[in-house]
Amino acid sequence: MNVNIVLCGVGGQGTVLASKLLAAAAMDRGLPVKTAETIGMAQRGGSVFSHVRIGEGVSSPLIGRGRADLIIAFEPAEAVRQLPFLKPEGTVVVATRPIVPASALTGGPAYELDAIMTYLEDKVEHLVLVDADAAARDLGSSKCLNVVLLGAAVRSGVLSLTTEDVAKAIKRLVPERFQDLNARALAYAECEP
Amino acid sequence: MHTEFLMGNEAIALGALAAGVNVVAGYPGTPSTEVLETVAKRKEGNVYVEWSVNEKAAMEVAAGAAYAGARALVTCKQVGLNVASDPLMSLEYLGVKGGMVVLVADDPGPISSQTEQDTRTFAQFSKVPCLDPSGVQEAYEMVQEAFELSERIGSPVFLRPTTRVDHGYEAIEVAEQDEWLVRQPEGFVKDSSRWVIFPRLSVVNHAKIEARNASLSDEFSASPRNFVLPGAGECARKGIATHGISYTYVSDNLDEACLPRVLRVGTPFPFPERLAVEFLQGLDEVLCVEELDPVIERALIAVCGRHGLTTKIRGKLTGDVQPSGENTVESVGEAIARFLGKEVPQPQPSDAPQLPVRPPVLCAGCPHRASFYAVKKAMGKRKTIYCGDIGCYTLGNAQPLDMVDTCLCMGAGINIAQGVFHVEPDTACFAFVGDSTFFASGITGVVNAFYNQANLTVVILDNSTTAMTGHQPHPGTGRTMMGEVVQKVSIEAILRAIGLTTVETVNPLDHELAVETVRRVADEPGVKAIIFKSPCVVLARPQATSKVDASACIGCQRCIRELGCPALALRDGKAVIDETQCSGCTLCEQVCPVGAISGGERL
Repeated sequence: MNVNIVLCGVGGQGTVLASKLLAAAAMDRGLPVKTAETIGMAQRGGSVFSHVRIGEGVSSPLIGRGRADLIIAFEPAEAVRQLPFLKPEGTVVVATRPIVPASALTGGPAYELDAIMTYLEDKVEHLVLVDADAAARDLGSSKCLNVVLLGAAVRSGVLSLTTEDVAKAIKRLVPERFQDLNARALAYAECEP
Repeated sequence: MHTEFLMGNEAIALGALAAGVNVVAGYPGTPSTEVLETVAKRKEGNVYVEWSVNEKAAMEVAAGAAYAGARALVTCKQVGLNVASDPLMSLEYLGVKGGMVVLVADDPGPISSQTEQDTRTFAQFSKVPCLDPSGVQEAYEMVQEAFELSERIGSPVFLRPTTRVDHGYEAIEVAEQDEWLVRQPEGFVKDSSRWVIFPRLSVVNHAKIEARNASLSDEFSASPRNFVLPGAGECARKGIATHGISYTYVSDNLDEACLPRVLRVGTPFPFPERLAVEFLQGLDEVLCVEELDPVIERALIAVCGRHGLTTKIRGKLTGDVQPSGENTVESVGEAIARFLGKEVPQPQPSDAPQLPVRPPVLCAGCPHRASFYAVKKAMGKRKTIYCGDIGCYTLGNAQPLDMVDTCLCMGAGINIAQGVFHVEPDTACFAFVGDSTFFASGITGVVNAFYNQANLTVVILDNSTTAMTGHQPHPGTGRTMMGEVVQKVSIEAILRAIGLTTVETVNPLDHELAVETVRRVADEPGVKAIIFKSPCVVLARPQATSKVDASACIGCQRCIRELGCPALALRDGKAVIDETQCSGCTLCEQVCPVGAISGGERL
């Protein structure tokens, strides 16, 4: 039995820390974990992803297309980009605030937010929308979006982890001065029924 | 022993420390960089670690240490091995005394490299034994075995993980620090019949190497790093031969009902021939699932020929596995399904909406953007060539800057520009090179161009770090990996010592001065240099941000269209600045024709 999670976003959004927190939380529960990260050229404002595989019977650190139980997307277009990895009955937690690349303003393909959101609503059976702007406003920082999304992911019930598991991992891995902010971020998002 | 959640490269570093490594030298390059960084972070006692000026220097430092009986580790990426190949090819003929491991990270895809070369092939070429791990735990164990093997046979040994092993994380069992081997090197013992290479010695040692590798092939056939998993069911007369990370993709795609026999090769050179013969017994067909070169496939074809076996060997050479690019769980799954005569899932045509593209870009506030833009403005419509090099600044090729016409390999830009000059003397030839790349392999290029009477402008993009690979120190930074503060090597003094009379150092973020300097310098005869000096914005972390006065902005979009800065966007027909990205470099303030942007603070 294992759970496969794809985290995706834009370089600099904090996907790597989120995957480390998930891995640490799972390890504390005594579960085996493998992860794969995007490192290098792709970090410079590019699309980034992390694969996290929790549980027994896992060989590769990478997840095959159509085999992810959960996608945690830090931004809508990246959710669509990684959607081929999702199982038919899978869950997507997505931050709704788009990050528009310079290329979309200088002759590259445009960012069609409405089409992207409609597509996600059509295709994903279990879609959890997280209003990143509201979260940043309410929490007073946009730097803890990763933990807000983890909180929503835990509440979606796909992970065999509790918010306490993630809270413990945050205590261990996040610097002291960000502890309070991240604790509030973890408690922030409520899962849609 | 205890459990740690480690990146493959961190595991390799800890394995080397556990094996009592004494000296570690390397040059940064994705996906290898974290190995040396982790050694520096976790080392205890007398371990010496350095970022060398390039991979050739690293190989030679390690060789000298191993001559003196130390255990030595070299770290580099696959193209770095090319730079180090001269010393390595000869070193194999002389051998080593202390164990010497050459860690080469290969990069299928390639994800962040110029080539898809395969160090397993380089192992055959150089005759250096090679270990090829499939995961993080195995990489940790293999580096220790590689040191033992190296010391036992007196030869350097390759460890060649690929990107997915280097950058994969696993919770693995590692030794406690007080269990690490502590080795006291014997020291260098003079013996010119051993350490001085001459043709006479080479021919003798060549024969010994061939004999040793034949016997290693036999030994490796019994090594647990090479193993055969039995098949079952209707697929039992078929086999799959694989290696590295691809082995895990194979495992994730097999099911009990129809299980082919599997050969996992962990020592691609010398190839475990005796085990391969056992594996092939009774098999009709074998599919070789490999990344990069068809090394196992060619070896099995040779084994069949030598042993008169009729097993059909399939793989890259027969078009059953993709010839290039990275394998994935699904690409391997599809190849296996076709091989076993199962239904191959057809990819559904995507009905997804158009998505924006996110090519990697220079960071907001990156001084390289200002440097490229200054040269672009200064040269206008003149006939030019802009030769680029390896580093963040290769990204200057992107629109709208479009300022990199060529990029080949580390340090090549200077002499590419020279070559173009000899064919087109009327072209204004520019070579852009970063500070770390200049030290790595740019200096000889400038000497060559100067000596051979070229006419070109060398533009040094000096951001005082090795930015692309994560900000490693280099000779110009005045810091070493041992934590010492040392005298900085001056790029300007080097250029003047070569004989260049025009060497101008300018802050590229002073746009007007930068443009004026380029215009003046480019028209001087001979080889001349401009050093654009401004710190990497990621390290400098300036706190100011620029803002657009919406009432003053005329919506001309000049800032957006000329600079391509990721912090600049358009909202309601006016330029806006994303303050979470802006570093206040002021370049857009200087470009705005109506002075609508202000608030930045130039470094």
